[in-house]
Amino acid sequence: MDKLWLVPTFPLLGFVLLTLLPLWFGPLPRRLTALIGAGSIGLSALATLWIGQVFLASGLPDYNITLWQWLQVADLSVTFGFYLDSLTLTMMGVITGVGFLIHVYSVGFMREDPGYARFFSYMNLFVAAMLVLVMADNLVLLYLGWEGVGLCSYLLIGFWYQNPRNGYCARKAFVVTRVGDTAMAIGLFLLFKELGDLNIQSVNALAPTQWDTGGTLPTAIALLLLGGAVGKSAQLPLQTWLPDAMAGPTPISALIHAATMVTAGVYLIARTHPVFMLAPDALALVAIIGAATALIAGFTALTQTDIKRILAYSTVSQIGYMFLALGVGAWSGAIFHLMTHAFFKALLFLGAGTVILSLHHEHDIFKMGGMRRQLPLAFICFLIGSAALAALPLTSGYYSKHAIMLATWNAPGLGPTLWLVALAGAFMTALYSFRLVFVVFFGPPSEHHRDAAEQRGLTMAVPLAILGVLALIGGYAHLELDNLPATIAAPVPGSVDLLTIAVPFAGILLAYAGYGARWFDPQTLARNPLLKPLREFWYSGWGMDWLYDKLLVAPWKGIARFNSADVIDTVYSFIAWSNRGAHLLVSMTQTGKLRWYAATLALGTVLLLGYGLF
Amino acid sequence: MILIGLIAILFGAGLLCWASERYNPQWPKWIALAALVLSLVLVAVLATASADHSGAWLLRFEAAWIPRFGIGLVFAIDGLSLLLLALTVFLGVIAVATAWKEITHRSGFFYFNLLWTLAGVVGIFTALDLFLFFFFWEVMLIPMYFIIAIWGHENRTYAAIKFFIFTQVSGLLMLLAIVVLAFSHYHLTGQLTFNYFDLLQTPLPPQLAYWLMIGFFIAFVVKLPSFPFHTWLPDAHTQAPTAGSVILAGVLLKTGAYGLLRFVLPLFPDAAQQFSTVAMTLGTISVLYGASMAFAQHDVKRLVAYSSISHMGFITLAVFAANAQAYQGAVMTMLAHGLSSAALFALAGGLQHRLHTRDMRRMGGFWLTSPRLGAIALFFCLAALGLPGLANFIGEFLILLGTFRSAPTFAVIAALGMIAAPVYALLVIQKVFHGAPGGADTDTAAAGSCTDADRRELSYFFALIAVTVYLGFFPQATFEWTAPAVQVLLDFSSGGADTLVLGTAGGGR
Repeated sequence: MDKLWLVPTFPLLGFVLLTLLPLWFGPLPRRLTALIGAGSIGLSALATLWIGQVFLASGLPDYNITLWQWLQVADLSVTFGFYLDSLTLTMMGVITGVGFLIHVYSVGFMREDPGYARFFSYMNLFVAAMLVLVMADNLVLLYLGWEGVGLCSYLLIGFWYQNPRNGYCARKAFVVTRVGDTAMAIGLFLLFKELGDLNIQSVNALAPTQWDTGGTLPTAIALLLLGGAVGKSAQLPLQTWLPDAMAGPTPISALIHAATMVTAGVYLIARTHPVFMLAPDALALVAIIGAATALIAGFTALTQTDIKRILAYSTVSQIGYMFLALGVGAWSGAIFHLMTHAFFKALLFLGAGTVILSLHHEHDIFKMGGMRRQLPLAFICFLIGSAALAALPLTSGYYSKHAIMLATWNAPGLGPTLWLVALAGAFMTALYSFRLVFVVFFGPPSEHHRDAAEQRGLTMAVPLAILGVLALIGGYAHLELDNLPATIAAPVPGSVDLLTIAVPFAGILLAYAGYGARWFDPQTLARNPLLKPLREFWYSGWGMDWLYDKLLVAPWKGIARFNSADVIDTVYSFIAWSNRGAHLLVSMTQTGKLRWYAATLALGTVLLLGYGLF
Repeated sequence: MILIGLIAILFGAGLLCWASERYNPQWPKWIALAALVLSLVLVAVLATASADHSGAWLLRFEAAWIPRFGIGLVFAIDGLSLLLLALTVFLGVIAVATAWKEITHRSGFFYFNLLWTLAGVVGIFTALDLFLFFFFWEVMLIPMYFIIAIWGHENRTYAAIKFFIFTQVSGLLMLLAIVVLAFSHYHLTGQLTFNYFDLLQTPLPPQLAYWLMIGFFIAFVVKLPSFPFHTWLPDAHTQAPTAGSVILAGVLLKTGAYGLLRFVLPLFPDAAQQFSTVAMTLGTISVLYGASMAFAQHDVKRLVAYSSISHMGFITLAVFAANAQAYQGAVMTMLAHGLSSAALFALAGGLQHRLHTRDMRRMGGFWLTSPRLGAIALFFCLAALGLPGLANFIGEFLILLGTFRSAPTFAVIAALGMIAAPVYALLVIQKVFHGAPGGADTDTAAAGSCTDADRRELSYFFALIAVTVYLGFFPQATFEWTAPAVQVLLDFSSGGADTLVLGTAGGGR
């Protein structure tokens, strides 16, 4: 277990090699790039397996290694150290396991891209940073990983840099998440000021001894940490960056914007749960944010036409369920859903990648249709993925989501209300995900893509198959982490249980009615003068982008433009100008005319005398 | 003695550069490089010789200069000065490397000015007689004036004069404060002296101390520069040749920060305490104002210049936050900003050398033709925006953490600078390296002519990258160097430091 550091070192080494080797040897052969890029993650996954094996066999509750003292200034002590427990191990498994599959898929997906080596070097750096994030034993190191994944997200969203639009999306993602990161940083400052420690385990142990439940301090700290979490995990009100993040290559969306990075907020809250448990108000807010995001993003997903944006809003919505789970105290449930979501959402995104690649970068689902014959593999992926996403029984999504729903019902206070909202969200989930399936894969074949042939090498097909199996059966082993507080198991009314299971089927039925059997035409609904503005409101993501633009971006740009010449400089220019003016005035008196001199001399004498006399 | 040797090498090599030009115009740059490498070795020797860093002062040399007025040749260094000396000499080498091909006109006189400026800076970081300090302050100024005025760009005369007047006026304030301080000391003790160690214990009346503190403060924050004394900087940077910008941003600005730490805090601890709210307000405004101004610029060099103002605002904040984390953060920010801003100015200079423009609206898509240059630019923009793992993050994080302890409101407002930094820093990458080749206005675009980094550029950027990464992951070594100096500062702010400073002061080596 003391080789724990190997896990993030392999991807880091991959990044360094892929960055530095071309400096000396020129462009690397693609096979070598693929070998380093995917191989490093494979080694990392193997190391995780091995360490997990040893760790579980040892029966220890946790394990800690310190690599070196990072910062030691007066009473501030921060180590470069890793911490391993079952929560960390779960996250490491998801990151390296799903990460490896996505890397292998990318070997095929990106094969014709000129930036092949750059792509894999960024991907490797991402995995390294993500591993540091979940393995860090203190909040500063966690912050390093946190910002590191943000950087890689920026680099990969803007991967196709020649299109300025992609650059804009990338910067938007970085800056919006930085807003949350800054709140989190202030949270760290406050934690350090009050507790004098930033080691996660010390904070978790110290907090309950120092503060009363519901006190101002734990609430403030929990809210600041929550700020970081909502930024990274694209929850209300900082969710606006994620749909735009789809500008990056599709494997990125699968790895960063579905399976791993965007769930970092969930991990953060679970990791610091003792602090959150001291702040019931903040925890309630987590639940409310989660439920609201789940529902709102569901509505927006329903109106999108871009296959990746649908999945993006779906991710926002599913992370909403994880937040809801955290908020109602189903700590393990949140991590369980994080894991199954990583399986089925990665599957959906990679499936979407296959569709997009086969159809020559087509994103509009209404230009697809009847693809089940042309793209059979993608069809199966979408069927499994959507079933798991809609939480149909026997799929992995069912086990994790159902547990969350029941825990929500049982939550004291707001429980039933939140359950109702989450239920509506579940209905929407089934509706939009099967709308996608029916539109893309059923119906008459599209006229735009008659000649489409499925692009699938072995490198793409095998990861899809494995993820498909995981999305189906990945929920059978119920995940209950021993280092998180256990969920309160209480009986729920049978009707609640039944409704939770039945509602997704209703959603599928409605999707079938509108898009499969065409019993009614959704397009006429969309054109209805009453519903049209509503649809546009949903489509725009509830006007949040517009609001932020008017409220923040436009004023900032306005001030910057107005003051681009620096108003302070005019003060100094005025001093210079008045000096020069005075100089001119004085030099004007030097005329060389004797009369003038005599007259001013006389006048001056008179004035002086007058001043002296009176 | 080794300190005087260091200064003498730079002064002497400067003269040699000037004289050798008439024999061969290639010689000056080799002489300058050799002198700076030798100085780097000397600093390394200094560091290893005093590696145990026990006690605040590592080295001290005193001799009479003008005994009639109590002016002496007092040189001393502690860990803080040593780190800044290392930075100065290291960036000196980088500056020579950036000027290698760019300066062809009157190269002897150029390297003379470069080396004399550096000698002045070395003097500033080592002199601990206030008169001697002021002497070096002027030595640093005048050669830099020539560098901007002779080898600068289109509007160089204006920029050079502006730079000169700002520094000179503020320097006069400082001279006035120095003289009044010395005479007050004479009045109180009957001993006329400009020696730092003697003046430390002057029991000044609070009112007078306050005004003297203001005199020093203004001189140093003009140099730093802080809002609202910053307007000389964008002009000076934009117009200076690349090597001038590198030295200006990397080293000269740090003399202001050094002055605050070395003189303002220890000489006037109570007055500084009283003044802290005003100073921290200025620092916070600098952080945000600089960031907002940087965002508005189209000229690469102006953008980097305004970002410097933003980063230096953190230092003002830290100096008056008065705790160990903030002080260490300030020192780390001095080093980190020295490296990253030097690199960014070298990049901007490289771009101008290739494209004959600094206007980002005429650039774009250079990643395609010059990916190495792009990667280097990306790295230093990330350093500038405070990415963890790089030196700048350590500095800013510690500053904000420390400031939050003593003045949470300022820390929270200044933390908004963390949001503003990526807005302007990533814009550089977008406008210059990303986007379609040809930039926004294709008719005026300068693309296509951007060649990638050559071996010379790669090697000096690689050195800067290596140090930035090292400091980001292993900052502890620098903290240990500066810890005694920081402890002295802390003792001053809590009173009763006299014993510490004098007790650990050793004789000359």
